[in-house]
Amino acid sequence: MILKLLENKRLTIGLLVVFMLIYPFLVGNSNYFMTLFVITCIYAITSMSLNLLIGYGGQISVGHAGFLTVGGYSVAILSSTVGLPFFLALPLAGIMTGSIGLLIGLPAVRLKGHFLAVATLGFGLSIPQIVLNWDGLTGGYSGLAVTKPLMFGSDFSLFYVFVVITVIITWLIQNIVKSSLGRAFIAIRDSEVAAQAIGINISFYKTTMFVISSFFTGIAGGIYGYWVGFVSPNDFIITNSFLVLAMIVVGGLASIPGSIIGAVLFSVIPHFTDSYIGITNIVIGIAVVLIILFKPDGIVSLFKMNKQKLVKPAGKGELLVQGGEKENANI
Amino acid sequence: MLTFNDITVQFGGLTAVNSLSFEVPKGQIYSIIGPNGAGKTTVFNCISRFYTPSKGSILFNGEDLIKYKPHQIINKGIARSFQNVELFTKMTVMENLLTGLHPLLKKNIFPIALNLPSVKRMEKDARDQAYEVMDLLNITDLANEKVSNLSFGFQKMVDIGRAMIVNPQLILLDEPVAGMNPIETEKISELILRLKNELGYTVLLIEHDMSLVMKVSDAVTVMNFGKKISEGTPAEVQNDPVVIEAYLGEVETHVAAK
Repeated sequence: MILKLLENKRLTIGLLVVFMLIYPFLVGNSNYFMTLFVITCIYAITSMSLNLLIGYGGQISVGHAGFLTVGGYSVAILSSTVGLPFFLALPLAGIMTGSIGLLIGLPAVRLKGHFLAVATLGFGLSIPQIVLNWDGLTGGYSGLAVTKPLMFGSDFSLFYVFVVITVIITWLIQNIVKSSLGRAFIAIRDSEVAAQAIGINISFYKTTMFVISSFFTGIAGGIYGYWVGFVSPNDFIITNSFLVLAMIVVGGLASIPGSIIGAVLFSVIPHFTDSYIGITNIVIGIAVVLIILFKPDGIVSLFKMNKQKLVKPAGKGELLVQGGEKENANI
Repeated sequence: MLTFNDITVQFGGLTAVNSLSFEVPKGQIYSIIGPNGAGKTTVFNCISRFYTPSKGSILFNGEDLIKYKPHQIINKGIARSFQNVELFTKMTVMENLLTGLHPLLKKNIFPIALNLPSVKRMEKDARDQAYEVMDLLNITDLANEKVSNLSFGFQKMVDIGRAMIVNPQLILLDEPVAGMNPIETEKISELILRLKNELGYTVLLIEHDMSLVMKVSDAVTVMNFGKKISEGTPAEVQNDPVVIEAYLGEVETHVAAK
């Protein structure tokens, strides 16, 4: 019954928006629960970005925590050291992380599968070390404080700003994956030979994927910096990269709702399990194994969000539904 | 329209194509036939620029294709289908065709991310165009079917459709009827003739099915071991003893028995 209701896209999105708006009141303005929500938003943005890269583009990255760290530190440096206002610092953090993504994307064009995974793993591992040892810029062990934006007096209004940003980013990424760009990404994933034959410049689009993905991940890192008010080298380490990877696998590869479901699930599970030491990882591990075994398309496949739409062809009146079985029968 | 000048392709010590020259005239259906391993697909892969010949030039409308990269070939007006259909299997038929339109669509990320009206309009036009191609192929009712659910015959159709949708001047078809039953073969041969007669495409065809080749071709080149062994109209080629020998390999004994 509930599953049926959730298949109505508008209703689901409407309910989600209402929930996000009244959330602070539901939890009585509790700082803990609002932080949980913002962390979920950060992971939602990151997992959507990673899904764009892995699920749509077929390019594996296990170094996205590195991009989160770069985003967080960019915001810290831009807001505290340089003194830029919020609405400049946050996009700039995205652009800076996007530039790093470009640097990673350029060599990544020549790497495939496992080799690309190892290269990005190296990136994810090295970023915390670089941050730790570049004292002059990053403050080393002691981390950096982020100047909270003055225009939003309280965490309460900042919360809404971040919710709006998350919704906007979701919309932007959704538009990208539904467009000719998104189709080019999927084409590269499914057949590089055919993609080239129909005029898709593979190296250009692979690099573009990395830039888009790291740009949005950088913004997510920036949101983290602003919300927590402090960044340190161990905020996002390699475990977080794998956690985001688990989110998209469990939620659903090549699916935006799937990324969000995965992000919510794995951000909320620790809330219930953290009181028992070690349980969190076991639960997440079991969830990943179960999903891969029984629902390889992710939790999102339960909802049939991608169900066939009725499409009206040009110049024809009647509606067409899928007629595969009928046509296939006589072949 | 397309000229092969003395093309040689080598893979290590193996010469796949040896000093091959031929010319495809505009508006014709030109077939390349030959036994397995004769180098036919290698010819296609040279035109698509997946392979670079070690010698020779490929002229298309007077321009050498060697200097281009694979993804630039379609902009020159050459589209192709693949021997083992290379479709985007998780996409629907519609999405495959839309992806085929890639060279003609705007790809600026900012209007796309904001889903501006210009992008929406472009998408709608693209869909209309895809429906036109599907109408032509009689696969309109499969528009929203995932291609991995289609039979091989329909997958081949989609593959051809994806090549056609950008309105190329020259279309390369690599064994369009391989693995098809006679009814499907009939449908494809009608389609190939329509490509020439109604849409004015030039077609370069690789095929093993002789009935199809003989029915649709204006000219045929026969290859064996990377070399051209015969050339002419379907009837000429069919009666050429060299061709019969290449295919059957028994001509001497046959003659001797007489």
